[in-house]
Amino acid sequence: MEYLIGIQGPDFVLVAADSVAASSIIKMKDDHDKMFKLSDNILLLCVGEAGDTVQFAEYIQKNVQLYKMRNGYELSPTAAANFTRKNLADYLRSRTPYHVNLLLAGYDQADGPALFYMDHLSALAKAPFAAHGYGAFLTLSILDRYYKPGGWTGEQDASLLSILNKRFILNLPSFNVRAIDKEGVHDLEKVCGREREREGRERESR
Amino acid sequence: MALEDFCSFRNNPHLWTPASLLPPLQNPASSTPGIPKHNHSGRRRSELSNKDDGPPLHLSLPPASAARCLMPTVRRPFPLTHGTTTLGFVFQGGVIAAADTRASAGGLVACPEVHKIIPVHSHLVVTSSGSGADCVLWARALEREIRLYRLRHGRVLSVRGTAKLLAFMLHPFKGTDVCVALTLCGWDQGPNGGPRDGVDQGSAGSSGDATATEALIRIEGTSPAPGHVTQSPVSEQSGLSSSSSSSSSSSSSSSPYSISSTSSTAREGPKVIYVCSDGARLQGELFSVGSGSPYAYGILDGGLRWTLSREEAFSLAREAVFRATHRDAYSGNNVDLVYITEKGWSRRDREDLKEEYYTRKEEIGKIVEERCRKTD
Repeated sequence: MEYLIGIQGPDFVLVAADSVAASSIIKMKDDHDKMFKLSDNILLLCVGEAGDTVQFAEYIQKNVQLYKMRNGYELSPTAAANFTRKNLADYLRSRTPYHVNLLLAGYDQADGPALFYMDHLSALAKAPFAAHGYGAFLTLSILDRYYKPGGWTGEQDASLLSILNKRFILNLPSFNVRAIDKEGVHDLEKVCGREREREGRERESR
Repeated sequence: MALEDFCSFRNNPHLWTPASLLPPLQNPASSTPGIPKHNHSGRRRSELSNKDDGPPLHLSLPPASAARCLMPTVRRPFPLTHGTTTLGFVFQGGVIAAADTRASAGGLVACPEVHKIIPVHSHLVVTSSGSGADCVLWARALEREIRLYRLRHGRVLSVRGTAKLLAFMLHPFKGTDVCVALTLCGWDQGPNGGPRDGVDQGSAGSSGDATATEALIRIEGTSPAPGHVTQSPVSEQSGLSSSSSSSSSSSSSSSPYSISSTSSTAREGPKVIYVCSDGARLQGELFSVGSGSPYAYGILDGGLRWTLSREEAFSLAREAVFRATHRDAYSGNNVDLVYITEKGWSRRDREDLKEEYYTRKEEIGKIVEERCRKTD
């Protein structure tokens, strides 16, 4: 049901997540933010079991911030990804595993943009593009076909998300989209379906 | 808690499971290594000191769930209470919380006059759904923790902080049969005591951002001067991700119901936050919980606007609960309505929906009669 996607560009990483928080058949919230800011240059996108996502992501977020306070400098995206993986792996074979799927995206001043894919079995892989959820089945093939290293410009995201509108049986009405580059994390325009755009315009005109 | 103390639960948690289901313990007196030492509210005691102040947050280990391994499910003698319709929403005049009053146990109405809206403090109420016993217990536990916080820190914890505290308290019981879905409906007072209205989006968003950064810096610095009331940094930092994103897009709109939703990060004003025993914690403008919630959502989604007057909001909430109780077998009897403003919460009289139903039936009957007479 939930969907995450990340694409690494030449000097940025683009990430998007759907914004639905559901409880069985009801959408409890349709503007839910699934991205957690670990530092000025690192975002953690987290989906999975209801309480585990926020609990685990906030735990990682606070510990990354604590590292900065203790040592005076921030963790790099690679270090943060490995730290996250280690924690997930430690809990995997305990009585209380965290069932979460993650994407970690960051920009390192020395190494450039980085995107990491992590699943609930704590497999970690650095990848040029990655996606989680049922929507991944539909979008990964498009990325395989059209992605060229250094060639993703960002106008192609809307077309990527439109395939979900066309073929995915569940209606994912809107997505939060953010980009990370050397200046930090930037909010991009939320990609919405037509109805949500109309609703948004009506609210703003009120 | 009183019952735990009375039964000496905290000293011997392993004695509270059916003995046949546990593997034989080598030495019952020694504590099993995997279980954190439990304090009187189930929070872990610090290894270094016996001091137990502040909320149960421990940065070096996420809360582990000892309860999951020690408490295999015991078969119940009768089905637990689950059905309900509760709702909470914000509008320009504050927060409305409404609920039905039926407690059902399977097909039996166990009690037709339950209070599902429980006050926590002067500016916060909790609507409960799920297992009736669990809801009463956890609402009381929350009330106790908020009172303790107020005594220790001299101010009331914000609604977001309360929700986080509740979620942390429930986390050790994830995977067991605890079933609570609480909606915290409250009004956050401003830091100066005089609440500013939450419509002032630009300054509220940016001031929230600035204070979160201040709070971040304050942790590593020295302790604040005595008498200086600071925002509890740990509980407010969850706003770090949302406040940075919303402050950059707050220029685009000023409506509180807009997509960027800056009212969620405003530090004063009305708040509705949903917390459930799965661990979900969601802040929003409208929540309805329970077996009757889909029916209530149908009415609420159509009629809810920020600009409702107070009377319109009351009638919308009553209508939603009424329609849900009509269709849902496990909701019914009366409707309770509580509204929260900057001055605090106040309760409307309980209304019997049976009367409502018959009054409306009469009105519809009259309309039908009119029409028949006109066509004749």
